[in-house]
Amino acid sequence: MNDETNDRVAVDVRGVEKHFSDGARSIHVMKQVTLQALKGEILMLVGPSGCGKTTLLSAIAGTLNIESGEIDVMGNPVHKMSDAALTRFRAKTIGFIFQQFHLIPTISVAENVGIPLLIQNAPKKQVIDRARAVLDAVGLGDRWKERPNRLSGGQQQRVAIARALVHEPPLVICDEPTAALDARNGEIVLELFRNVARSPDRAVLIVTHDNRIFSYADRVARMDDGEIVEVREQGHTEPPHFVHEHA
Amino acid sequence: MTALALKMLFGDTAKYMMLVAGLFFASFLIIQQASVFCGLMLWTTSTLKNVAAPIYVVEEQVQQVNETNPLRDTDVARVRSVSAVEWAMPLYSGIQRVRLEDGSFKTVQLIGIDAATLAGAPERMIKGRLEDLRLPNTVIIDELAITRLSLKGAPPIKVGDRFEINDIEARVVGICKAARSFTGGPYIWTTYERALQYTPPSRKMLSAVIAAPVDGVSWEDAAGEISRKTGLKAYVNRSFGSDENDLNTSTVWWYVRNTGIPISFGTTVVIGFIVGVAIACQTFYSFVLDNLRHLGALKAMGMSNLRLSLMLVIQAATVGLVGFGIGLLFTALFAIAAVENQQPPFYMPWQIPVVAFGVIQLICMVAALMGIFRLSRYEPAMVFRT
Repeated sequence: MNDETNDRVAVDVRGVEKHFSDGARSIHVMKQVTLQALKGEILMLVGPSGCGKTTLLSAIAGTLNIESGEIDVMGNPVHKMSDAALTRFRAKTIGFIFQQFHLIPTISVAENVGIPLLIQNAPKKQVIDRARAVLDAVGLGDRWKERPNRLSGGQQQRVAIARALVHEPPLVICDEPTAALDARNGEIVLELFRNVARSPDRAVLIVTHDNRIFSYADRVARMDDGEIVEVREQGHTEPPHFVHEHA
Repeated sequence: MTALALKMLFGDTAKYMMLVAGLFFASFLIIQQASVFCGLMLWTTSTLKNVAAPIYVVEEQVQQVNETNPLRDTDVARVRSVSAVEWAMPLYSGIQRVRLEDGSFKTVQLIGIDAATLAGAPERMIKGRLEDLRLPNTVIIDELAITRLSLKGAPPIKVGDRFEINDIEARVVGICKAARSFTGGPYIWTTYERALQYTPPSRKMLSAVIAAPVDGVSWEDAAGEISRKTGLKAYVNRSFGSDENDLNTSTVWWYVRNTGIPISFGTTVVIGFIVGVAIACQTFYSFVLDNLRHLGALKAMGMSNLRLSLMLVIQAATVGLVGFGIGLLFTALFAIAAVENQQPPFYMPWQIPVVAFGVIQLICMVAALMGIFRLSRYEPAMVFRT
């Protein structure tokens, strides 16, 4: 790997191992997993349920300890960091989009979006101004005062996207972004996400088993039984189109 | 972060109300019952308030003011003979029966004081003249006696009215303010000699000698000298907790040690505490569980355990403050009603709300700790699986 490629590497996973115990049984969920995500790309981690893709995502995010191997995120060795350092690192470096959105229902949309800035002790006015700007970008600028539970599922996911991007993290990780959405909303959200999240200095890592959205990725890494079995480039010669299962 | 914590708390209206209700109930029980207990204990020392002499000299074995173990009449002279004593006067104190015009009986706390000096007389007269107590068959009654000794449907008893104490006429020449007695009967003042007439005769009838020290000698020193020189027990009459030789202190502790009153009130206070702990801990834990995925998401997004814990502490402390405030407000309403009705006894020294606030916050912190413990065990990776 030359220096130019090294500079572009956002996430570097090397020989990662992880077991989970299920009573007396030990389950080998990651087997010598090696993977790279590059700045400026959308990398999808796909595979059947239970293949270990969410576990790998958690390890990259620094929310799950690994047994062996190494994980560097933006050149920082996540596997060597203390819990406190990891917490600070996540706050600054990673934007999260969860499958169930995890928006706090008792605060406004803008306050939800501003949480990553709040965690970094940004002044309240700056938090709201920045949150409103990002909400504008995802098409919800006029809904900033509302409570999340007054929004549709697709709109809530857009709020979650805004929250993941509000502090301009160099890595965005996204867990099953369309799992809670219907096909039409999934298409809208992914299209929007691709437009607002993609940046030359940012890597986007999406875990999904929804083959309808594979076309939005620059590369697709297929996982099966705890192993990366294939990494495929997607040569986008034309805009990706959403394949409706029941179309 | 405080705003986020409070919005999360207030947003869950049902749990918030439940928490506040539980802590209100606990606060109210703790403060109200403790205050009624203190009020009751205060009533036990009401004779010391109503006969406000600096020194009470009583029989050696007497431990509290309502216990009468009579002295000899000559003991007054023995106390007067002590050099530290400025003056010493006889005092009669006992429960007697008053017969009303309709033939019914009421118990009263009869106080007999020296006719010459009127030492031990009521301090605040509402009607009549204190000096009239020197007239034949006269008494001064307190405000409570107006309601207790008045006949149903008849005008309230007033100056000039008559009743009988043990078949001897008593004419009301004055009405005064007085502290309520522990037994619930009104206070009636008369002269010492007349009090002996009203009371069935016995060999010794002097309840106590009240005294005052000479200028320049402290109450405590004078009481000590009286005890040494006479062999009698001399107490000072300041206030509860001021001194171990204070009769207020001795009286209150006697009731605490020798009656079931503290156990009864203490049980209610403990129940209030347990109810508070049970409701607050259970509800707050449930609140944390309900919000666990949101808290977990915050944890995953980089919020430290310390800040998340502080959020829970802020939430718990806030419900504690609100619950305590409402509890204190309702206790105040209860107190107003108690003061207007002159019962039940109610006395709330500043220590009660301060300690109750501490107890309520302790309950809240226990609840917060349970939530913090649960949250600390929640791996941020779990947020990807829920």
